[in-house]
Amino acid sequence: MSDPQQVAGTPAAPEGAAPPGQAVPSARPADVRGAARRLGGRIVAASESWTLLALIILIVFFTIKAPGKFLTLSDFSLMGQNAAPLLVMAVGETFVIITAGIDLSVGSLLVLTGVMTDLYCIHHGGANAGWGTVAVGSVLGLATGAGWGAVQGFLVAKAKVPPLIVTLAGFIAAGEGVAYLITGGADFRTVPNALVNTIGSGSVIGIPWLIVISFAATIVAGLVLAFTQFGRYTYAIGSNAEAARRAGIRVDRHLIKVYALSGVLAGLAGILSLASFDSTTIAGHAFDNLEAITAVALGGASLFGGRGSMFGTVIGLAISTVLLEGLIIIGVNQYWQEVAIGLVLVAAVYLDQFRRRLRQRA
Amino acid sequence: MTEPVLEARKVTKHYGHVLALDDADFEAMPGEVVALIGDNGAGKSTLVKALVGAIRPDGGEILVDGHAVHLTSPVDARRHGIEAVYQDLALAPDLDAAANLHLGRELYLIPFLKVLDRRAMRRRAVAAFADLGVELPDVSAPVGALSGGQRQSVAVARAVSYASRIIFMDEPTAALGVVQRGRVLDTIRKVRDRGVSVVLVSHNMPEVLAVSDRIEVLRMGRRVARYAASQTTVDELVGAMTGALELSNGGKGGAA
Repeated sequence: MSDPQQVAGTPAAPEGAAPPGQAVPSARPADVRGAARRLGGRIVAASESWTLLALIILIVFFTIKAPGKFLTLSDFSLMGQNAAPLLVMAVGETFVIITAGIDLSVGSLLVLTGVMTDLYCIHHGGANAGWGTVAVGSVLGLATGAGWGAVQGFLVAKAKVPPLIVTLAGFIAAGEGVAYLITGGADFRTVPNALVNTIGSGSVIGIPWLIVISFAATIVAGLVLAFTQFGRYTYAIGSNAEAARRAGIRVDRHLIKVYALSGVLAGLAGILSLASFDSTTIAGHAFDNLEAITAVALGGASLFGGRGSMFGTVIGLAISTVLLEGLIIIGVNQYWQEVAIGLVLVAAVYLDQFRRRLRQRA
Repeated sequence: MTEPVLEARKVTKHYGHVLALDDADFEAMPGEVVALIGDNGAGKSTLVKALVGAIRPDGGEILVDGHAVHLTSPVDARRHGIEAVYQDLALAPDLDAAANLHLGRELYLIPFLKVLDRRAMRRRAVAAFADLGVELPDVSAPVGALSGGQRQSVAVARAVSYASRIIFMDEPTAALGVVQRGRVLDTIRKVRDRGVSVVLVSHNMPEVLAVSDRIEVLRMGRRVARYAASQTTVDELVGAMTGALELSNGGKGGAA
């Protein structure tokens, strides 16, 4: 119900409020009441409002339950660093989901790009490799992600294979297949120190590089989604692909770009993960895709396409991160955490359905 | 003699063994509302699709202002000033009216970076709706939240904003209530008065008679009659559509 172009949770655009007044010069009290009700309805229905409220409630809850432990600066910084690769993947996933697609391959592409990047670095200096090597390796990794994503996009757009199947195949092939073929099943543990000591664990003006890079990527992608033609077409295709096609938008080409973007962002996540863990962690990302999708869905994006925002995704990811960290801090059995995330995902999708009904009634 | 703004000459179209258009003729004169009527399967939608570039005919000619053209796609047809309002409206329900109005034709604040000029698009949308006398409570509300009539208005406003020659409207009132139906007919007249021709495809004979200047009847893939709306009746139209009325003029002269 909120304007999908709205980045932040301000459902009624200020400049949008004036023009209809000109079109309807005689605003009777009933109209004003109607407008107020519409505005109220929009705030209630705006996805970000609900999600932000849920996040605040969670933070308040854990702060009361574990005073002095939760809500400390170092705790937040740690959460941000831990969530950095996931945030970058969720950013790509946001674009895909808004087109009414899904990308299950992100975690596997994270692994594969980490492997590709490190493979190059190992052969060009190993732990002592310089920045030049790291840069070439990173470009190789990003290109792998982009290329893999573009192929998936091609299969979705041109071959009309459902995205669920294409990216499930991509998930298995990249994560369980190619990554294991290259590494032989054992993690690469020789990662250039230059990468690990700066991006992996270093800071710039007091802020960890992981947070700087992941947020920079999020902000740029959020601006692209909200304010550019690329973002507008992403929403249009997810909302009504046939209408977009008839309006002259090259739907197939745009879908390929969106899946390639998701791939390249998963690639960036792979480099962050490689730097952060000092290892390719090939067995550790089987559920990243579901975590990214959970974040996007929690953030108010519709799995049926057409709706979602980067701001929502950030809040959505914050909710699942805060929930997990909070449960650890208050000492809940870790297996319950997985159950909690599952429940939260179902609740998020239910909320989406609820909002749809609300909109249809409006 | 004025030239038709858009004309089909002996257009044929086969779908397998089915002959959908059999030397079909059609013309729309500048600044008129012409109704295209016919029974189900008479070839109306095939003819419309050929004229808006959605399909390519197997034979015959399509002329814009007297010049033969080959319309390769709806986008190509649009370059000739031909717009269409589809029955399903082809709107993106999650985008607002301004975004839908400019879909595929966005205005840019920073063209180099393809940054949208949302303010300008909103302004133009408000102007376009005001122009048609359409009241939209909120141009920044998603189109999916609007009523059927309002959505129809958005689709019509979009076509009107860009059509320089002619607009095709496929059953524009089929899904509407009485009041909204009247509004759409008013809109059709307004568009005509601005010098843009309107082709109305409709099953509703009283409505056809109320709004059109001329009527062309299609039966079994060819034009069988033409009438001036002021000189015909519902019975006569139905007769021509069904073939119950034997036509002596063979669609050549007609009453028009």
